[in-house]
Amino acid sequence: MENMVSIYLYGKKYEVPSNLTIMGAMEYAGYQLVRGCGCRNGFCGACATIYRIKGDRELKVCLACQTKVEDNMYIATLPFFPLVKEVYDIEKIKPTEQIMMQLYPEIYACIGCNACTKACTQGLNVMQYIAYAQRGEYEKCAEESFDCVMCGVCSSRCPAGISHPQVALLARRLNGKYLAPACGHLEDRVREIENGDFKELLEGLMQKPISEMKELYNNREIEK
Amino acid sequence: MYNKEMLESIKKVEAKRADNAVLEPRRMTADEKDTLLATYHPDYKQNEFAVLQIGANKGEKVPTELAALLQANSRIRPDSVDLEKVDYDVDVLVIGGGGAGSSAAIEAHNGGANVMIVTKLRIGDANTMMAEGGIQAADKPNDSPAVHYLDAFGGGHFAAKPELLYKLVSEAPDAIKWLSGLGVEFDKAPDGTMITTHGGGTSRKRMHAAKDYSGAEIMRTLRDEVLNRGIPVVDFTAAIELILDENGRAAGAVLMNMETRELLVARAKTVIIATGGAGRLHYQGFPTSNHYGATADGLVLGYRAGAKLLYADTLQYHPTGAAYPEQIFGALVTEKVRSLGAKLINCDGEAFMHPLETRDVAAASIIRECSDRGKGVHTDDGIGVWLDTPMIELKNGEGTIEKRIPAMLRMFAKYGIDIRKEPILVYPTLHYQNGGLDIRPDCMTTQVENLYVAGEAVGGIHGRNRLMGNSLLDIIVFGRDAGKAASAHYKDVTVGKLTLAHITRFAEEMKAAGISTDMVSPKLLPTYTHGNPNLTEKAF
Repeated sequence: MENMVSIYLYGKKYEVPSNLTIMGAMEYAGYQLVRGCGCRNGFCGACATIYRIKGDRELKVCLACQTKVEDNMYIATLPFFPLVKEVYDIEKIKPTEQIMMQLYPEIYACIGCNACTKACTQGLNVMQYIAYAQRGEYEKCAEESFDCVMCGVCSSRCPAGISHPQVALLARRLNGKYLAPACGHLEDRVREIENGDFKELLEGLMQKPISEMKELYNNREIEK
Repeated sequence: MYNKEMLESIKKVEAKRADNAVLEPRRMTADEKDTLLATYHPDYKQNEFAVLQIGANKGEKVPTELAALLQANSRIRPDSVDLEKVDYDVDVLVIGGGGAGSSAAIEAHNGGANVMIVTKLRIGDANTMMAEGGIQAADKPNDSPAVHYLDAFGGGHFAAKPELLYKLVSEAPDAIKWLSGLGVEFDKAPDGTMITTHGGGTSRKRMHAAKDYSGAEIMRTLRDEVLNRGIPVVDFTAAIELILDENGRAAGAVLMNMETRELLVARAKTVIIATGGAGRLHYQGFPTSNHYGATADGLVLGYRAGAKLLYADTLQYHPTGAAYPEQIFGALVTEKVRSLGAKLINCDGEAFMHPLETRDVAAASIIRECSDRGKGVHTDDGIGVWLDTPMIELKNGEGTIEKRIPAMLRMFAKYGIDIRKEPILVYPTLHYQNGGLDIRPDCMTTQVENLYVAGEAVGGIHGRNRLMGNSLLDIIVFGRDAGKAASAHYKDVTVGKLTLAHITRFAEEMKAAGISTDMVSPKLLPTYTHGNPNLTEKAF
């Protein structure tokens, strides 16, 4: 009925349906996953996986939940990678070049091999965002790295020992907090609420009978 | 990639695209919606529910799968756990490492508490990480918390607890401000104005987003903050029972290492349940958009300790789960796709409904189209309707999809579908647990003292249906509030002698009610075998 393919999980051979993802194939083989399985939808980075197709020289990387099995696929998962995560107080640091030098000095040891970019499971230009981080260009680093799921495969391939996802996260937090333009209407509304401006209106709604609420709801004006 | 029937249908979709794009389909009347829901929404299928025979909600109906877990055996024999040997002793114990748990932990830490997070997978392995579309807050001049209240109250069928909804809408702008202060990036115009859109059932454009990685952006920032503060995170460790003290107050939890099965005891002055939803119970056989660990554990723990559930019989089926390709069956296709202008189209190329009805109405409408109306599109092993994504760029210009919904572009591109050029096939997927544990406005459960709840495990904030963007909001608002409340309250708590007598009592009640089962709960993780004939559940 189904087309079956041969795959090798940590070197051991299994026959699995060809339409399954790597994660599905592991479960078909009988694994009850605890490690290496998270959102199952490509957002959490739990299921970083390295594989090689028999006869092929190239090592490939992927997320196990987002990749279909292929015949003669040798598979090893990377459920955890020891990234360096430096701690800092977001209230006290400043979005200057110095902060990267202080927390993640190894980024300046990048040799430009581009292995990180080739390894990215999201197809991001990792080396480029590290270059932005080196120059203190955090807005660009934030934008370039935005789709990172922090699976850590880039770091596993890096000869300089850079923890790319953590560098990018720091850049995004600096950008979000200090560099992105402040939002006036948000500040205004928070102040109005603190001032109690909507309290009476809301309490009035809370006390209305359901019939009246239905009337209000069904006839409310909807912004185009 | 698409089969012949699908390709034929796509031709009709393309032929009518320009007309459909400018069409503003009529919104349904209240009566039309009521009839549609009663006929097609899964919540109304009586035979899919069971009546609880014991516990605080005895006599009420809940989904059959949930009833089985609520009325199942404990994973431990109460007398085999040595409660004198305390492994962790904290002021605030947070169970769950998603958005609600992390927010609670950060605020408890601000409040000076010795707080610890315990989570059965990793911190951030949560539905929060997968929330795509955005977070609501009434912060624009044409909007107000009162309008937000009305939208949510009506969308939830007038069933929300007013005092909880009041908090949700009036603390929303501050939640966005708090997140911004932590460094969460929101989509903004150059002058700082938030770029906001509609969601189903909103009357103002108040959906704030970080592209279509809104939840991921929030979750990774909260996780980073938890780690920066040195808040202990005990990962790969599940809470499998609550511990009470001799006065019946929550006083900790029995923990189980997910890999070694070692049992540990955590004693706490206050406990916060932030365990999330239940999509992985696959109610009524639906696929789910949820995280691997979404198995209603907190509801089971709370129920066994005497807490009460509210609206546990209502689930949210997200109208647009991926129906094709099969590798991503049930995965979330964010509502933001419709916010940006894509419409729902049947096999004949007709826009059969307004794209921004509430989720329950949209789901029921799609089910009707695919069943009685016979206007669905068949895949090799399923059915769906089109979500005409190319309309987005027709309306908003080229490049919009890559800029605003890159995750969707990527998800389908992996299977050879370019959503800028081709429509995608969708069908409802199990998405959200509307109900949960009943709480007071300070997040403490109504029945068990010192037990707090935040996030999807709470019932009553949204009533019987939730609007898009109100869940990311509620995990932040109620997560923070639970953390603040617990860290203010623990100072007055003296923990009495620890006990698991409630587990014994629950087992006796089960016996007295004639319930005999092999099942143990909480479930912790689902088991999938993908049809392997050589594997059965028992083989595990």
